[in-house]
Amino acid sequence: MPRITVTVDGIVYEEEVEPRLLLVHLLRDRLGKTGTPVGCDTGNCGACTVMLDGRSAKSCSVLAVQADGSDVVTIEGLARNGRLHPMQEAFHAEHALQCGYCTPGMIMAAVDLLKDDPDPSDEAIRRGLEGNLCRCTGYCNIVRAVRRGAQEMSGEGVRTS
Amino acid sequence: MTEQIDAGMVARRIAESDRLGSPDPGREIGRARRRKEDARLITGRTLWTDDIQLPGMLYVAFLRSPMAHARITRVDTSAARNQPGVAAVYTGRDFAAEQGSLPCAWPVTEDIVIPDHPPMAVEEVRYVGEAVACVVATDRYKAADALEAIEVDYEPLEPVLDMTEALAEGSPKVHEAGNRSFTWKFSGGDVEAAFRDAPVVIERTYVQQRLIPTAMEPRAVVATTDGTAFTLYSSTQIPHVLRVMLALTTGIPEHLLRVVAPDVGGGFGSKLQVTAEEVLCLLLTRRLGKPVKWTESRSEGNLTVHHGRDQLQRITLAAERDGRIRGMRADLLADMGAYLMLVTPGIPILGAFMYNGIYKMDAYDFTCTGVFTTKMPTDAYRGAGRPEATFAIERAVDELAHELGMDPVEVRRRNWITHQEFPYTTIAGLTYDSGNYEAATDRALALFGYDKLRAEQADRRDRRDPVQLGIGVSTYTEMCGLAPSRVLGSLSYGAGGWEHATVRLLPTGKVEVVTGTSPHGQGHETAWSQIAADAMGVPFEDVAVLHGDTTVAPKGMDTYGSRSLVIGGVAVLQACEKVKDRARKLAAHMLEASPDDIEFSGGTFSVRGTSAGKTIQELALAAFAAHDLPEGFEPRLDADVTFDPQNFSFPHGTHLCAVEVDTETGMTKIRSYVAVDDVGNVVNPLIVEGQVHGGIAQGIGQALFEEAVYDSEGNLLTTTMTDYLIPSAADLPEFVTDRTETPATSNALGVKGVGEAGTIAATPAVVNAVVDALRPYGVRDVRMPCSPERIWRAISESGGAAAGWAGPTEAEGGER
Ligand code: FES
Ligand code: FES
Repeated sequence: MPRITVTVDGIVYEEEVEPRLLLVHLLRDRLGKTGTPVGCDTGNCGACTVMLDGRSAKSCSVLAVQADGSDVVTIEGLARNGRLHPMQEAFHAEHALQCGYCTPGMIMAAVDLLKDDPDPSDEAIRRGLEGNLCRCTGYCNIVRAVRRGAQEMSGEGVRTS
Repeated sequence: MTEQIDAGMVARRIAESDRLGSPDPGREIGRARRRKEDARLITGRTLWTDDIQLPGMLYVAFLRSPMAHARITRVDTSAARNQPGVAAVYTGRDFAAEQGSLPCAWPVTEDIVIPDHPPMAVEEVRYVGEAVACVVATDRYKAADALEAIEVDYEPLEPVLDMTEALAEGSPKVHEAGNRSFTWKFSGGDVEAAFRDAPVVIERTYVQQRLIPTAMEPRAVVATTDGTAFTLYSSTQIPHVLRVMLALTTGIPEHLLRVVAPDVGGGFGSKLQVTAEEVLCLLLTRRLGKPVKWTESRSEGNLTVHHGRDQLQRITLAAERDGRIRGMRADLLADMGAYLMLVTPGIPILGAFMYNGIYKMDAYDFTCTGVFTTKMPTDAYRGAGRPEATFAIERAVDELAHELGMDPVEVRRRNWITHQEFPYTTIAGLTYDSGNYEAATDRALALFGYDKLRAEQADRRDRRDPVQLGIGVSTYTEMCGLAPSRVLGSLSYGAGGWEHATVRLLPTGKVEVVTGTSPHGQGHETAWSQIAADAMGVPFEDVAVLHGDTTVAPKGMDTYGSRSLVIGGVAVLQACEKVKDRARKLAAHMLEASPDDIEFSGGTFSVRGTSAGKTIQELALAAFAAHDLPEGFEPRLDADVTFDPQNFSFPHGTHLCAVEVDTETGMTKIRSYVAVDDVGNVVNPLIVEGQVHGGIAQGIGQALFEEAVYDSEGNLLTTTMTDYLIPSAADLPEFVTDRTETPATSNALGVKGVGEAGTIAATPAVVNAVVDALRPYGVRDVRMPCSPERIWRAISESGGAAAGWAGPTEAEGGER
């Protein structure tokens, strides 16, 4: 069995894995990182989105062996030094979640979206999150949250609050 | 375009002010509290059922029928049994003696046919996806591998796919007893008279397509036993109902069975069920003595989570030339699928009292026939019966308006119950306690910019713009808050509709609320905290809400049918009042006053006219210490309440939708959407707004995107999220929402349900808009989902696109 080294939320793991093992199952079943859920089996829903070497990736569509040598950040590793990430705060403030099942992936995708477009229009947010499905919120508050998160991250929110 | 922007800004301002705080400072109820639930949900510290890992746990995978209808002639599990990591392989025969039949709790008629429903098929399969065998192995991958080594031989039988054909003489049968499950009838007033010589009669057939609820969390079950008692964790909406039903089905005594709904990722009715997998996992843990886990894949779920809707509606409306509705007939075929599950037959019946909508009429007649087909059973899906009814009446009223050349809003005005007429007993026998349809509609029209949009529509029609504008309205009400137990009894439902709450004042003055509701996204931990904080005069932060585990919250009827706040929330309030009654006696004793002289305000009991008082926290400690209590006073400040409502709850509202339809490509774009809902008093405006948003999205999903499609052999074609399209952020516009508040008179909080309202209202609003856009082409209906292809075909088939312009009717032009 291939041996891989992968860093997840700041911890280095060395694991022997079957070549077919999906990254999301490595995270959930082997490493106990159950903060990242699974919503589909066709790469459509985005619930499993994590950061893989700094960019968002659907962890159900990546094999664990492909993540060898990579740095993975999940929703569990997004808060730093006991402080929530501004995007987590924004989702809470804007009531951008109900059941919360899509939320880990949605937050990771939103953080990634801002890397390319730090001040996205509502339309850009909607397009950018097309690969992350939510059945509860109707997306209005998610769009608001991403807008707020973007403001906070650009420092605007810090000035006005 | 300006009016949309204005409307958007207005709504945002309203929302902002809601977000800034309570209209009544110092009160929790009405305040836009951020949710307590969020802390764990935004950090990944949730416990979904699939997250549960127990020592020695084994994984279950099911082999499912690839045939819609067949006899099982041979199952060979020997090769699978010998695969690495496999602990056991079982077929239906192995469970036959103990698996019982999955329950149907709603025998709607005396002569209803309820076929035996084995959790695992033994002799015959009746839909694609029905379980025929299972593997239990040491991990998910090995379980899936071993499934492939099981051999099953089938002798194909005829599938039964079309409801009308299923009822025809000589149709192949799904079950021995035939394809008709029941026919349920209801009527009020003299329908014959209403239709006799009616100047206008509108007759239409609408298809409620089959839907897949698609909660984002797939179902999962974990079952375990210590040899005596059993625990079942399930992604369910109904831990309490499930416990009773599983005890009855499996014979495991109820007192030795604990059911837990951990964090649950959405339900929308799909997790209001007693599933084959829940029963089988219990039987497996009993047999193997090990914990077992089963988690479905999405494709497995699309096949085997119960589906929603699937009705054929024949609607007839009789009216006067001035638009006044005389009477209505609704004649339904409802596809049950292959079996009757928990409330399958009751779903269309829940709509029976709603076809008259918000309108006054002299007579009404309803017939529904439940039909078996070789498809996945149908059951509750957000709205359950009421979206179908609302769709039918709201579409038919639009057709009436068109027929008469009247504005669709005006026709509604001429027929609806005015606000002075409440309480109003409808032709369907329900008493609507309160409402103000005028206020909600006026507000919605203003936010929407109705007149300007109508003017733009006229202009586009005049210009024969290939992109036409359509305007759809839906003025809905619904009966929710399921339900008064005596009403459920009269409808032959198997249980009551009460809800339970316990409130405990802890020694340090903190409050525990135990609720029988079972939230899966609705925010009960937050909203119930607000109710209890106000009632007990304690800080919001000092309240904890416990739920979803039959050991922690032993009594309840769970969450569905927009019932939680109007029944469960009221139970919480009443339990708080009972605790306060006890606290008042204790305070009177400690303050040496008569209980009648004790006032309560801001968490302190004081003697009227004096400054002497005791805080609720002081009383909590005094009761705990129990050193000095009134004669005969038990040392506790807690109370239980089981609340059974007297009536349903009747939220209402007006939704308006503007769509742009490209008549050359059939593409539809929702340009603006306005919803003004009246859900009575509001405990938390953020949560209400969220429910409305999500509801609208699902209603739009039915109107434009979603359909479970079976092919001519009974294979489900929409097994993945690539084929079954739920709306993404890019498919939906910003919704403009506002509220009017007409308090319910039927409960102490003055609240009405909100969970299903958006879904009920949105579907007809959108389809009315699509059809309105296409009226000049002679189109009078587009089957849902109104996909580009369907729209394009509707235009072609009506001859409009080829033959030219039917043109707006004279009066339609004249109304604006
Ligand atoms: S679980 Fe990865 S995209 Fe759905
Ligand atoms: S919050 Fe439930 S799926 Fe998004």
